[in-house]
Amino acid sequence: MPTALILGAGSDIAVAIARYFAGERYDLLLAARNVDSLYPLQQDLKIRYNIKAESFAFDATDFDSHAAFYAGLSVKPDITICVFGYLGEQEKAQSNWSETARIIHTNYTGAVSILNIVAEDYAAKGAGTIVGISSVAGERGRQSNYIYGSSKAGFTAYLSGLRNRLFHKGVHVLTVQPGFVYTRMTEHLKMPPLLTAQPQQVAKDVYKAVRKKKNVLYTKWFWRYIMLIIRSIPEGIFKKLKL
Amino acid sequence: MEKRLANWGNYPVISCDETTFTQVDQVEEIISSHSSIIARGNGRCYGDASLATNSVSTLKFDKVLQFDTETGVFECQSGITLDQILGIVVPKGWFLPVTPGTKFITVGGAVASDVHGKNHHAEGSFSNHIIDMDVITGKKETLTCSKHVLPDLFWATCGGMGLTGIITRVKFSLKKIETAYIKQKQIKARNLDELIRLFEEYNGYTYSMAWIDCLQKGDSFGRGILIVGEHATKEELNAQQQAAPLNLPDKRPLSVPFNFPSFALNTLTVKAFNWLYYAKNTKKEINNVIPYEPFFYPLDAILHWNRGYGKAGFVQYQFVLPLDKKEGLVKILKRISDAGLGSFLAVLKVFGHQDNLISFPTQGYTLALDFPVRKGLFAFLDELDQVVLEYGGRLYLSKDARMKKEVFWQSYPNAQRFAEIVKAYNGDNIFHSVQSERLGIN
Repeated sequence: MPTALILGAGSDIAVAIARYFAGERYDLLLAARNVDSLYPLQQDLKIRYNIKAESFAFDATDFDSHAAFYAGLSVKPDITICVFGYLGEQEKAQSNWSETARIIHTNYTGAVSILNIVAEDYAAKGAGTIVGISSVAGERGRQSNYIYGSSKAGFTAYLSGLRNRLFHKGVHVLTVQPGFVYTRMTEHLKMPPLLTAQPQQVAKDVYKAVRKKKNVLYTKWFWRYIMLIIRSIPEGIFKKLKL
Repeated sequence: MEKRLANWGNYPVISCDETTFTQVDQVEEIISSHSSIIARGNGRCYGDASLATNSVSTLKFDKVLQFDTETGVFECQSGITLDQILGIVVPKGWFLPVTPGTKFITVGGAVASDVHGKNHHAEGSFSNHIIDMDVITGKKETLTCSKHVLPDLFWATCGGMGLTGIITRVKFSLKKIETAYIKQKQIKARNLDELIRLFEEYNGYTYSMAWIDCLQKGDSFGRGILIVGEHATKEELNAQQQAAPLNLPDKRPLSVPFNFPSFALNTLTVKAFNWLYYAKNTKKEINNVIPYEPFFYPLDAILHWNRGYGKAGFVQYQFVLPLDKKEGLVKILKRISDAGLGSFLAVLKVFGHQDNLISFPTQGYTLALDFPVRKGLFAFLDELDQVVLEYGGRLYLSKDARMKKEVFWQSYPNAQRFAEIVKAYNGDNIFHSVQSERLGIN
C-alpha cells in the first residue's frame, strides 16, 4: 500500500485529506506540532479504514529540526502533502513584526525548508508526489490580507519552480489553490456560500488531481476564472478598490 | 459565524453564532470567551433544545477512539453520527444497542436526549448501554462520569439536553449481530383495541412499534400496523444475502429539494396518504427479511423530508402516558382526529420500565405525531398538554418547541433535583438554550 505524509495534520482540510486518502487505501504518516493531539485522528483512521497510521511531532517553524524529522519517519512516503498554514491577523501583522514573521515563516519559509528535504529524497529516487496547499490569496496582494497573501505567493512560485525541476526526474508536484473553505481558520469570516467549499470537497479534488497528475488545482473549480479576472484588473484601478 | 439556525422541525428559527472545535482545549477557550452557549450536534432534535444565541457544533469532533471487535466496546468523540458508526461496526458484526428513528444524529445528541428505540421495552434507552463518558462542565474541567462515578452528573447528562456541559467522549457497548438484516412481521390492526392487544401478544419481540392512522373515527378509530422484528440469523437469509450477510447493497437516498407550499398538506392529502399506507399491506400479516435500514430508518431514505411541511415548519408532539392510563391515549387521539389538524402517520410504542432522573421514557404508551405549524395549533397543543398532565404523562424534550414552563415542572417528577444538579455543574449558567430558558430550568 502507498503511504502519504500529511504535514500539519490537525487542520480541517488535513483531516478531510487524511480520511479521503485512507479511504483510497493509503497508509498515513501524520505530522503536527502537538503530536498528542493527533492520537484521536490516528485511531479514527485505523479503525474506520483498516490502514496503518502513525503520528510524528513536526514544527514548521523549527527549521533546524526538519532534516531529523524526515530521517526519523518509519517509512518514506510516496506522497507528501503540505497542508499547514497560518492566516494570522493582517491588521496586527502590519505593526507587529512577530505576527508577520509567524505568517511568513509558517506559510513560506517552513514549507520551503521541509519540502527541500523531501524533494532531494524524491529526486534521488526518481519517484514521488509533492502536494502544496497554497491559496488564491497569493495571486494578487489585497489590503485586507497581503501579508498572508504574499507568503502564499512565495509558496506558489516555489512550487512552480520545484515542479519545473522535478518534472525531469519523474517527480510530480501539485499546487492547490483553494478559494474560500469552511474551516476553523475561517469560521469567524463571512463567506459567500456559493463560492465556499467544504474541506471534504477540497480533499476529493486533491486526490483526483494527484491521480491525474494535474499541475495546478483550483477548488472549487471556478476560482480559476475568478482569479483570472482579478489578475487582469489593471493595477491603476486595482489600487483604488477596497478589497 | 453568525447564521440562521433551526432544528429538524424548522421551528423556531433563530440567529446564532456557531463555533466548532477539534481539540478539547479549544472547547475550554470557547467556554471562556462566551457568557452563554449550548452544544449542538446534527440538529435533528425537532425543537429548540440545541438552539441559542451562541452554539458550539460538535460535528468536527468526530473521531473513533476505540472499537474492540471481540467485546463490542466502542469509544468515540461526541460529534460522530450514528450513521457513521453503523458504517464502521455493522460489517464487523456489531450494531447500536439502541437507535432512534433516524441515524443522522450524533452520539452526543443520543446521550443528551437519552434516545430510545423500537427495543425500549426489552433493552432500555441509550444511557443503559453507556460505560462512561466525559463532560466539560461550566468550570471548564473535563469530568469522567458513569453510573458509578459522579452518578449525579451522569444521570443529569443523560436526557439533560446539554445543560450540564459539553459531552466530548462516550464509551458504550454495542450489540452482537449475525447479519445486517431484520426478520420482520407486520400485522394490520383494525382499531386501537386490537393494536394494543397485539402489542401485548408480541411483547416477546426485541423490536416493536406501530404506525397509527389518527384521522380514523368510529369502528376504525386508531387502526394501524404493528411492526415487530428480530435481527435475522444467517440461516434466515436467502442465498444472495448469505453471500455477504453483514453488507447491505448500496442505495442512494432520495431528497426533497425545496419546501413544499403550505397548502400541500391538508386533511385530504393526509387522509389519502394514511389510507394508502394502510391499504398497501393487502394481507393481514406480512413476514419478511429486510435490510436493517428500511426497518429502523424508513424516513432517512428521503433526505430533507422535513421540507414537506413547508416553510413555516412543524412540531412533533410526543408524550408518554402510564400503562394503566389507556383512556388518556384514547382521549388524545379523539381530540386529534376531531380537530382534523392531521398529521401523517403517527407512531405508537409501549415503553418498558424505566425511571431515570430526567430521561423521557417511563413505562407506558408513547405516541409521536407531527403537526405543521399553523394558526391555532399551539392553543390546541396546550389543551392536549392538559390531558397529558391529567393522566400523569409527560412530553419528550427533544421534540418540544412550545411546551409551557408549568407543564414541564408538573410533569417531570425529578425536575427540581435535575435543576439543582445542573446548577452545581453549570454554576455560572454558561450552558443554556432557548428551550431551557422557556422551561425555566436555568
